[in-house]
Amino acid sequence: MSLAIRVENLSKRYLLRHQAGGRSRYVALRDVLADRAKSLFQKNRLDATREEFWALKDVSFEIQRGEAVGIIGRNGAGKSTLLKILSRITKPTKGRIEIDGRLASLLEVGTGFHPELTGRENIFLNGAILGMHRTEIAKKFDEIVAFAEVEKFLDTPVKHYSSGMYMRLAFAVAAHLDQEILIVDEVLAVGDAAFQKKCLGKMNDVSQSGRTVLFVSHNMEAISRLCTRCIYLVKGGLKMQGATRDVLNAYADHSKQTAGEIDLTALPRAFEGSAEARLVRLKNLSAETGGAWCFEYGTPLEFAVDISVTRPLAEPEIGYQLFAVTGMQLASTTTTQELPLTSLEPGRYQLRVKIPDFFLNPGTYVLGFSIATPSHNVDNISEVVQIEIMPSARSVQKSLHRIWAPMTPSAVFQLNRL
Amino acid sequence: MSRLIIEADHAESAYWSDLWRYRELFFFLSWRDILVRYKQTVIGVLWAVIRPLLTMIVFTIVFGKLAKMPSGGIPYPVLVYAAMLPWQFFSSALSEGSNSLVANANMLSKIYFPRLIIPASAVIVCFVDFLISAVILTGLMAWYHISPTWRLLALPAFTALGFFAAFGACLWLAALNVKYRDFRYVIPFIVQFGLYLSPVGFSSDVVRQKYGETIYQLYAFNPMVGVIEGFRWAIGGPAASTLDGNILGISIGMVALMAFLGLRYFRATEESFADII
Repeated sequence: MSLAIRVENLSKRYLLRHQAGGRSRYVALRDVLADRAKSLFQKNRLDATREEFWALKDVSFEIQRGEAVGIIGRNGAGKSTLLKILSRITKPTKGRIEIDGRLASLLEVGTGFHPELTGRENIFLNGAILGMHRTEIAKKFDEIVAFAEVEKFLDTPVKHYSSGMYMRLAFAVAAHLDQEILIVDEVLAVGDAAFQKKCLGKMNDVSQSGRTVLFVSHNMEAISRLCTRCIYLVKGGLKMQGATRDVLNAYADHSKQTAGEIDLTALPRAFEGSAEARLVRLKNLSAETGGAWCFEYGTPLEFAVDISVTRPLAEPEIGYQLFAVTGMQLASTTTTQELPLTSLEPGRYQLRVKIPDFFLNPGTYVLGFSIATPSHNVDNISEVVQIEIMPSARSVQKSLHRIWAPMTPSAVFQLNRL
Repeated sequence: MSRLIIEADHAESAYWSDLWRYRELFFFLSWRDILVRYKQTVIGVLWAVIRPLLTMIVFTIVFGKLAKMPSGGIPYPVLVYAAMLPWQFFSSALSEGSNSLVANANMLSKIYFPRLIIPASAVIVCFVDFLISAVILTGLMAWYHISPTWRLLALPAFTALGFFAAFGACLWLAALNVKYRDFRYVIPFIVQFGLYLSPVGFSSDVVRQKYGETIYQLYAFNPMVGVIEGFRWAIGGPAASTLDGNILGISIGMVALMAFLGLRYFRATEESFADII
């Protein structure tokens, strides 16, 4: 086997600017001129407003030709930065990379799609953007169209497409790239269920066709299906690399190191509530996990949240919210139905929550809490803790349908022969 | 098998060959922008003709009839239109090109390609407009019985001069615009001001007669002075005033300087576009 990618001591530094009020991301010329003028009198003033941040630090690894390698890590671990450097979108601050073979990166599907252009025109445009030659696109054109199932709308501007059709077309172009090395960010979770199934099948084909694939995902199940080896990043550094199973276990162990008890008073609020009551502390009560925020698929979830009430609160609703790492809210349950409260007098309370049939599929999720009344928000934290759901024996024999879905609510099935 | 090496603090050695490899993308992006430019408009590409034509009529009335400026031997509408052509190309290339990087921010942060392609394709789109509006010029020449001379052969050279003036300036402004969005407001201002600072509505001889030789030569530091006077000289035939070699030289020098500085600044900042856009 020969080497496809060799990464040596890769580091990337960003300079963070601290601006009052967290204004726009870009710099206003006015501020620069003002800073320059001020720094004539005060030395080092510019430096005080900047802070170094190492998104990647001394990362080295090698990938053999034909390997499918997963990259895992929590949000902010440096996965996206690594992909961006490998795709040459941004330059490393230190280190060296050698890539042998044509590389295509899919950090997003449908980059460069123009709404005014027709499906046909966009296929050619997007293909060129992804690095395909015109003759290559022409050769695969029929295949792409058939895969996306948009034959009838080929000469319609894509702005008239439904979002499902749009995503299908975008993915279809990407799926027909035949570069030797593919870098794929979590872009596959798109489209309707039938199409997702098709995408996963295509991904399987790709990784089995002897091409080198680098795959970033929060979906542990997809990783364990597609990848033979994994790279695990923690805070910009390489924590571990090796066989998928070993790395996933280490990932789970590491997640367990998050304390079982979390102080909520210091966490940032989603927005300022009326503050008659505050969320104070969260405690993980799930016996099987020993206090860690890492659960096996299918085990119940149980926790206790402490609340401090300073002024009487009428008709409080207290509940949890569950978000995907992308920020999309997946679920929310409050006391409204199960435990209707008429009022809360000042004092400290502990609310215990148990979700007996926890239906989340393996992956990473974010847990949030809120207190509200029917008329206003009292306190709200949308990111309290990241929880990991690990694959278990029960989740191993999964169907293709489920793998991209965040949850499997229990359902009663009945089959009658007609 | 292609082999790629990415190293920190190492200038991309294969930049120019990469540019060549990505020529198809350049072609497709230009094609996209040309296709999209007049989509969902009723008269479509006619806009490329109507805008300079109407401006020409207004300028002819204001400068030629009301202010009674000298036309230097060629009909006033031809004098204005010969200047309007390169000026409209320059001004639209400048504004489209300078905004092009920010307008394609999404592509910059998701895909690698030589960034030079984006402003270049924006300028090409304006160049297509320029070619279309040049058709009117042939009509005007026929109407005023101006027979083409061998001087017309120099027109491509002056067009190239205008092209590089626009491209150099827009590379610089596009890169600056990524970092400082202030330039979004500066560019329309430059374009508006430039129309009056360039001899579009009048012959630049007026400047020479009024303010003397020194000021006239300083005037040529506006590179569009050389381009516009070159256009008039080539189109007007023997009736047009002669082309001052000094003026042309200064303008060519300025264009070369602008293109060099623009390209240098663009190349120096290019790598950080994806981080700050």
